[in-house]
This record gives sequence, C-alpha cells and structure tokens, in this order.
Amino acid sequence: MMKLHKYLEKNSFGLLLGIIAVVSVGGLVEITPLFYIDNTIEEVEGMRPYSPLELEGRNIYVREGCYTCHSQMVRPLRDEVERYGHYSLAAESMYDRPFQWGSKRTGPDLARVGGKYSDEWHKLHMEDPRAVVPESIMPPYRFLSKRELNYQRIEADLKANQKLGVPYTDEMVAKAFEDITNQLDEDADDYDGFVARYPKAVVRDFDGNPGLVSEMDALIAYMQMLGTLVDFDAYEAKKDENLR
Amino acid sequence: MSARSVRAKWVEDGSSLPIFIILIAGLLWALFAAHPTGVPAGSYPTLEMHGYIMMGAFLVGIIMLVGVCSNGTPKINLAEYEDKVIKYGVLATTFWGIVGMLVGVIIACQLTWPRIFYFDSMPWLNFGRMRPLHTSAVIFAFGGNALIATSFYVVQRTCRTRLAGGLWAWFVFWGYQLFIVLAATGYLTGITQSKEYAEPEWYVDIWLTIVWVAYLMVFMGTLYKRKEPHIYVANWFYLAFIVTVAILHIVNNLSLPTGMFEAKSYSLFSGVQDAMTQWWYGHNAVGFFLTAGFLAIMYYFIPKRADRPIWSYKLSIVHFWAVIFIYIWAGPHHLHFTALPQWTQTLGMVFSIMLWMPSWGGMINGLMTLQGAWDKLRTDPVLRMLVVSVAFYGMATFEGPLMSIRYVNALSHYTEWTIGHVHSGALGWNGFVTFGALYCLVPWLWKKKELYSLKLVEWHFWLATIGIVFYITAMWVAGIMEGLMWRAYTDLGFLEYAFIETVSAKHISYIVRALGGTLFLLGTFVMAFNIFMTIKGRGLAEPIDGDEPLAKRPVLPVSEPQLGGAAQ
Repeated sequence: MMKLHKYLEKNSFGLLLGIIAVVSVGGLVEITPLFYIDNTIEEVEGMRPYSPLELEGRNIYVREGCYTCHSQMVRPLRDEVERYGHYSLAAESMYDRPFQWGSKRTGPDLARVGGKYSDEWHKLHMEDPRAVVPESIMPPYRFLSKRELNYQRIEADLKANQKLGVPYTDEMVAKAFEDITNQLDEDADDYDGFVARYPKAVVRDFDGNPGLVSEMDALIAYMQMLGTLVDFDAYEAKKDENLR
Repeated sequence: MSARSVRAKWVEDGSSLPIFIILIAGLLWALFAAHPTGVPAGSYPTLEMHGYIMMGAFLVGIIMLVGVCSNGTPKINLAEYEDKVIKYGVLATTFWGIVGMLVGVIIACQLTWPRIFYFDSMPWLNFGRMRPLHTSAVIFAFGGNALIATSFYVVQRTCRTRLAGGLWAWFVFWGYQLFIVLAATGYLTGITQSKEYAEPEWYVDIWLTIVWVAYLMVFMGTLYKRKEPHIYVANWFYLAFIVTVAILHIVNNLSLPTGMFEAKSYSLFSGVQDAMTQWWYGHNAVGFFLTAGFLAIMYYFIPKRADRPIWSYKLSIVHFWAVIFIYIWAGPHHLHFTALPQWTQTLGMVFSIMLWMPSWGGMINGLMTLQGAWDKLRTDPVLRMLVVSVAFYGMATFEGPLMSIRYVNALSHYTEWTIGHVHSGALGWNGFVTFGALYCLVPWLWKKKELYSLKLVEWHFWLATIGIVFYITAMWVAGIMEGLMWRAYTDLGFLEYAFIETVSAKHISYIVRALGGTLFLLGTFVMAFNIFMTIKGRGLAEPIDGDEPLAKRPVLPVSEPQLGGAAQ
C-alpha cells in the first residue's frame, strides 16, 4: 500500500486518476439505481403535467426563491401527517424540474396547500402577509397583483419539458397559449377541451381581477393545485405495488 | 509541434490565443443575448441585463489581453513566482467576505423585524432573492477566492516553480469574478434554477465550467513541472477539491434551456432523481469545497506559522483517502423520511457517521502539529485563529454525523438547528482558517515585516468568537424548540401549536442571531482595516526567510519520512 502511495505522491496524473476513481464510487452506487428501481419511478393515478398557467406560477415560485423558506415534502411522521396531510409520494414530484422539496421550514410546508385557503386569502396574504397573519415574517409580494403575466412564449416552456420526457402532447403544446386564459375563465369556449387536457385543474379568475392576467393569477393557480392531484381516498398505501 | 513540446510550452508560459478565442466567442454570444429578437421570454426575466454585463466584461478582457500582448508574447520571468494574481485574490477575498457577511446580517434582520426590512417597492430585496446571494457570496465568492489565491500560493512554494500557463492564472481570476457578478445579479433579478448552492442558470454554469477547467489545467501544469520529487499533502487536497467540484458541478447542472438566448432552463432530472443528484452535489460542495479545499489551507499555513512539521505523515495519507471516499456517500442524509428509497437514506446515514473518524483524523493532525509550539498560542493571535478554526472543524464534524442519524434528523431537519450547524462550520472553520491564512499572506506577499497591528488581530479574534457563540447557541435554542413544538400534543391528542406560534417563539433567538452576525461582520471590518494598513506600511528590505524566489531548499518544516524524498 505504502509503495503504491509513494508512486501516487510522485506522479501528478496518477494522483488525479486515483482521486477521480475514489470519488466516483459513492455517487454511482447511490444515484444510478434510482433510474431503474420501481418505487422511485412508479406511476400513481391522477398525476398529470402542470397546466400552462400552473407552470408559469411554478416558475414565479422558483424566481422568488420561495423554496428557501417553504418545503414541499410531508414526511411520514404522525405530527406532519396531521398538520399537512398524507405524506408525499415520489410520483407526486415526477414532473418537477427541478424538484421543490426544500430544506427549511421558516414557513409551513406547502406540498398539500391546494384547496386549504380561498383565492382571496392567498391574494391578501401574498400582498401583505402581516395583514392576515400578524406574526408572519414573510416578505410582501404586492407587485405580483399589478404585474401582467408575460406568457407569450409559454410554448417554449412546454416544448422543453416535452423534450425532457414530460408527457405533454403536441395538442397541449399547440394550445398552451390559449390554455392560460382558458384556465382563468369558466365561460371559455374551449372549457371542455381544457379540462380534458388537464383533469382536476381549477378553472376561475384567481386574483379577482378579470381585466388583467397577472402574475398573482399564475401563482395562486399553482398554490391551489399543490398536492391535489392524487386521490388519497382511492390510494392504498398497503397495496403490494405501493409497499417499499 | 510534438506533444512533448506543446506540453512544455503550456507549463512554461501557456498560450494566450485560446483565451482570445474564448473572449471573442463570449462577446458574440453576449451581443445576441443583450438584443433579444422576437417575443420576450415568459414570466422569467430576460437575458438583456446579463448580456450587457457580459459584453462589457469580455470587451474589457479583450482590450486588456491585446494590451498585454501588443509587444509580442508577454514576458514571463520563470525565475520568479507569480504573486500578483495572488495579491488580487487576497483583496477579492476580503471584499467579497464583507459583501457576503453584510447580506447575511441584512437577511437575519429581515426575519427578525419584517416590518422594517421589507419594502413593497423593492421585491429584489426580499428574503427569497437575498438568501442565495448571501450563501453564494460567502461560499463561492469569499471561500472560492480564498481557495484559488491560497492554492496558487501554496502550489508554487511547495513545487518550487512558477505557476504554469502564463496568463491563464489571470483568466481564472477574472473569469471567476465574472461568474460571481453574474450569479449575484441573477439572483436579485430572479434568474435562478432553485437548486441550493447551484442556483446560477445554464449559461453561467457553462462559463464557470470553462473557468474551472482552466483552473485545473493551471494547477495540474504546475504540479507537473514541479522541482520537488514529492507532491506535498496540501496539494492532494487542493487537487481533490478542484477535480471533484468540476464533476459535481457538471452533473448537477445538466439542464435544457428554453432557447439559445433565454435565461430559463428545465433540469434534466426530475423529482426523486433530481433531489438525490442535488444533495449529492450539495453535500459535497461542503465536502470538497468547504472541507477538502480548506484542509489544504490548514496543511500549509499551520505548519508554516507554527514552524513545526505536520504531526503525522501516515495519518494525513489515511485520512485524505478516507475523507474523499466516504464524503461522496453522505448526501442522502439531507433526505431522511422523504420519498427517496429508504436503502439510500440508510447508506447516507451510515457513511455520514463513518465520516466522523477521518474528519477527526484531519483535526488531530492539525492540532498536534503544534506539539512543541503550544506556547505560541499565547503570543500569536494569528496562529490562535488557525488553531481555533480546526477546533470548530472538529465540533462541526461531530455535530454533522449526529444530525445525520435518522431519528435525530426527524427533529432537526427543516429547523434552525441546521442553520446553526452550517454556521459553526462556515464562520468557525472556513472563516477563521481563511482569516488566519490572509493574516499570513499579506505580509509575505507585500514583503512586510509584520502585520500593521497584532492587537487588532486580537480584537478581530474575540469579536468573531463571541459572534459565533451567540449565533450558534441562538440557533440551537430556536431549532430544537421549534422542532419540539411542531410535534407537541395536548392531553386530548391534538397538535398543541399552530405553525405561526412556532415562528413567533423564535423572535428572541433571531435577535441574538442578528447580534452575533453583526459582531462577526465587525471583526471582518477590523481585519480589512488591518490588511489595508499593512499594505500601506513600510516595506521590508530583505526577502522573508525561506521565501526567496524559487527557494533552493524546502519551504516547509519537514518531518522524517518526507525528508527521505525531498533530499533525493
């Protein structure tokens, strides 16, 4: 052993190759199986790609760095399941590029926030968190209600995801632009088509201002769908395929 | 030209032509990026601002390069060390340290007094955008510049040869500063891919890859043409740091942009696979950037300052290979109880606990190097700073394995305890070892007899130490308290606290934390003043002992087994 080391110490390229070999092992063993093992790539009923408006909302969530304070991963611990809802499944983040599990809960977990609060609450809370929760330490996001959502190139976003393997159909990509406004209006002509493309998507004007497609619309649409896709009344954790 | 002569040319003065080509290509890309055609990108910011920053930077770079090369090939005196780029690195480290810590104090105040420190009209000052600025400024700008500067210094002295690659060391320095500016301005305007400690978007990642490969080539080239038969221990650690960070950076940042001239990208991996890749990266940013790299600093500056050989040569071999092998496995402890398969979590936990031993191997080797020179701790505050940094390293690398145990993690994860743990490592270990190295380097580089004032070093030492103690105790209290409150039940079996109650309970701890951070920042200002006054001070007539240009004898105190090689 010491003889080998004597060689490595005197040969810079030998040392370099030795280091590369030694540091490669751990990552290869831990990461590569995740692409093949069933329980990390299982499909759960109800999961679908984000609607264009939800995707825009998610991009705003990323842009504002919400992940620095909010996790999206309910752990299977008694208090968390009671506080937030059913623990998170691997499949629930299968279309998240990148994932938003987070690492810190300065604010509460958001994995199942969808449907828990009204749109109006979200809007007031985002504009001035301390108006609804006096002790809150969250930053204010008043500008989101005023700023028009710029979604002219939403097609490119869907296309990039499609190339990476997210099951967006060509129809979804082609209709991405109209689907933004389709989701904001229950009376839209293509209502049925939209709901067929994105089952369970919430359709309404989220920020209470029909005159403007705002960034707030997109962000609340994203908030309201978080954790709602999988029907946990029908999901049996003890079923063979779900045991891990 | 044969391969041999190409290699010889590289290690001597490098070639400036590829730098020129890189800068021209960058300029062309920036031209397009600054003038988007057609419809603007989605809710994500456009590239316009970054396009202009890059255009400016590449133009200045080209002008500087042409200026240097206008009289033919730049003259490089192979009989002297390349020290100027290290001087720049020392100043950059000090500057970015102050910026990063100042932002840290600001965001600590935001969480403490949200009604005062948030502004409706300035969304770019919100916590979510400032927090990545703080982490990146401290880790990559302050820490990264310290690592590049010290590695350039150490590799020249311990190889007794000038840096390889001629102007390439300057390309590395300025290229890295451009990376920092792009990352920082990106976060503030909302350009981020939201992967912690890897937030910069795809085009900034590509730029960093180019700079990093150049760094590796300069470092390897210098090792290759060394005049010492043995490669010194510190250089093993530097090399492991450079090459592993390159691997981590490239794999974790694989993504597909929405367009050639658009900022937004979607990552190649999704969900679980993405989470695992990210924390494989994230934990080894700690392992190789903040540990291996800084251990290299320890392995040069402590023996040098204490004027003692390294305590155990064998221990350094064992703990080097053990640290780099085991660290890579530890990532999954960031994902306990998540949707990551349990076997992966368990592997991560087991390796994290094993990591305790090689980590302490490094601590013991650093501390015991003082054998026979312990009295210097009383008289030399710089050496004391270096030694206390190793003590903090030992503490953080004990706390880490503890927190990686699944059921401890169930309590500590998502809480302020993690923040406290990170800062005992970052402030105590990385901060102090960097301060110690800077206090050594400034007089050596600017040829001064001593620092302007050792008294001010004492002040810095105590301000910073008290600051750290405030910081980490406040975070222990806050973290364990909120962890326990989240899981507290009433007698009737209901959850006892609403989430917001756990937030307001931390207010006092937050005040103490902000105070601790302020004290630490104050200490850094004292250091900056001391460095400034030392540089301004009177010069030294004769060169420093053992640091003559390309010294003929070993520059480090040498212990027995090494002497065998060095004397051949």
